[in-house]
Amino acid sequence: MSLHKNRVGDQPWVRRTLIGLAMALTVIFLVIPVVVIFTQALCAGWSTFAGNIMDEYTLHAIGLTLFVALLTVPLNLIFGTALAWSVTRFKFPGRKLLITLIDIPFAVSPVVAGLLYLLLYGRNGWLGGWLSTHDIQLMFAWPGIVMVTVFVTCPFVARELIPLMQQQGSEEEEAGVVLGASGWRIFRKITLPNIKWALIYGVILTNARAVGEFGAVSVVSGNVRGQTNTLPLHVELLYQDYNIVGAFASASLLAAIAILTLVAKAFVEWRQAKSELSAPETRGV
Amino acid sequence: MSASAQTSVASVRRFSGRSKRVLPGFGLSLGISLFFVSLVLLLPLTGLVVETSGMTWDQFVFTITDPRVIESYKVTAWTALAASLFNGVFGLLLAWVLVRYEFPGKRLIDAVVDLPFALPTAVAGITLATLFAQNGWYGQWLDKLGIEVAFTPIGIVVAMAFTSIPFVVRTVQPVLEELSPADEEAAVSMGASDGRVFRKVIFPSLWPALVTGVALSFTRSLGEFGAIIFIAGNTPYVSEVTSLMIFIRLQEYDYAAASAIASMVLLVSLILLFAINLWQSRYLRRLEGR
Repeated sequence: MSLHKNRVGDQPWVRRTLIGLAMALTVIFLVIPVVVIFTQALCAGWSTFAGNIMDEYTLHAIGLTLFVALLTVPLNLIFGTALAWSVTRFKFPGRKLLITLIDIPFAVSPVVAGLLYLLLYGRNGWLGGWLSTHDIQLMFAWPGIVMVTVFVTCPFVARELIPLMQQQGSEEEEAGVVLGASGWRIFRKITLPNIKWALIYGVILTNARAVGEFGAVSVVSGNVRGQTNTLPLHVELLYQDYNIVGAFASASLLAAIAILTLVAKAFVEWRQAKSELSAPETRGV
Repeated sequence: MSASAQTSVASVRRFSGRSKRVLPGFGLSLGISLFFVSLVLLLPLTGLVVETSGMTWDQFVFTITDPRVIESYKVTAWTALAASLFNGVFGLLLAWVLVRYEFPGKRLIDAVVDLPFALPTAVAGITLATLFAQNGWYGQWLDKLGIEVAFTPIGIVVAMAFTSIPFVVRTVQPVLEELSPADEEAAVSMGASDGRVFRKVIFPSLWPALVTGVALSFTRSLGEFGAIIFIAGNTPYVSEVTSLMIFIRLQEYDYAAASAIASMVLLVSLILLFAINLWQSRYLRRLEGR
């Protein structure tokens, strides 16, 4: 602090005002909403809360949501790593375009994302027609939910890896090639330790979004209770049924996952900063 | 034969640019990436093209200029603008406080800033609706002041602002961190007022990042759905956003109309995406991807 005595905003009153304002707004907009989720979920007592969670349909929604995340995360992990490797380790025409293309899911409204899949794979779609003559139903069933979730979450891993791998450069890996190591070995022994934390970070973000996606999933799910209802859709259903306490009970599970995500994220950032400090040490191939 | 071998070597050289392709895995990694991008991102776009090309031009224009749809564009545009401008101010304040000051609770604020990205939008929606409802914790106070938030367009602004707060903070924060103190200290020691130094020295290097953050926040707000529908009240001509219009048309099984409106939304978001990327590569080269 005392290092920058002569910088803008260092007078005590400016400092106090700005910190106070930032804290007040953070509490109002970010902290109290979380408090509300848990108070609403528990306002009818623990036994009601437990009853709401142990409800047959809620349990099914939890299961489906975890299942969707379990399929989505590995797919996007492979894609994100492959994409980051190709755009940061090689130069080829269309490289910049490829980097921009993977941002599409961030810019597109989730409802539009769901619609795109519905139009293509739905019964009237040009691929969906063929699929339905072969008795394959993707939309209004779990495969459709997985597909749109993969779409919505596919930028996260790549977005975390690309800047880091660009910054690290490929000298270490090239040294590995010169020493005669195989490609897989280079990736495992040199690249992976360098990008480990960014990779975990990407997985955490992918998982959080996969668990919580609402708009895109709600277009392709069909919202059948006990069949295609994910946890966020279940929250909506209960809320529309005026079962507010039930809705908040399910919402509190999602909020708990969000809080865990933030804690994990803070931990990963801390580890990342630590590994950056110890970066110069040489690693064996 | 040697000629063709030579051209193929030349073309490999040309493709690989200055750095020769020493590392393995180019074919595999690019193959997976292209396969994935085509299957997951590009192929679904064809469905939209097929569906809208089944409409006549007049039908298309009629659908996207329906008065109720036009109202939804207007509501979406001004609420998204209001929300992203609010986030410009709030986000700059948070970034400034997090970079410049040490205080108890700082780490908590830093962690909690990302909450809107981690919290599912539907959960955010029902929570904000409950808080701002007439009998809610915030709603009852605002009600006494005669301000209605829930079930009005202001509710939409609140939901949009909530879901996109992290964008501004996380784009401005790294730029503030890397700002060199030399010019600022020189200006301060020569007796310039804080406001003047901020405007003349700090803001000129800050504003490209601020614009990027606000633009990202605006883009996200235009497409937001989950958080909004619970708090907006969804009154036709008053508080319906465009993504909800698409959803309503789908529920009416009017796939053509849904596609026509969606193609407009998609066009705007793609233009914004490319503009932001172009802007970033011009002004924020060093911070690419952060």
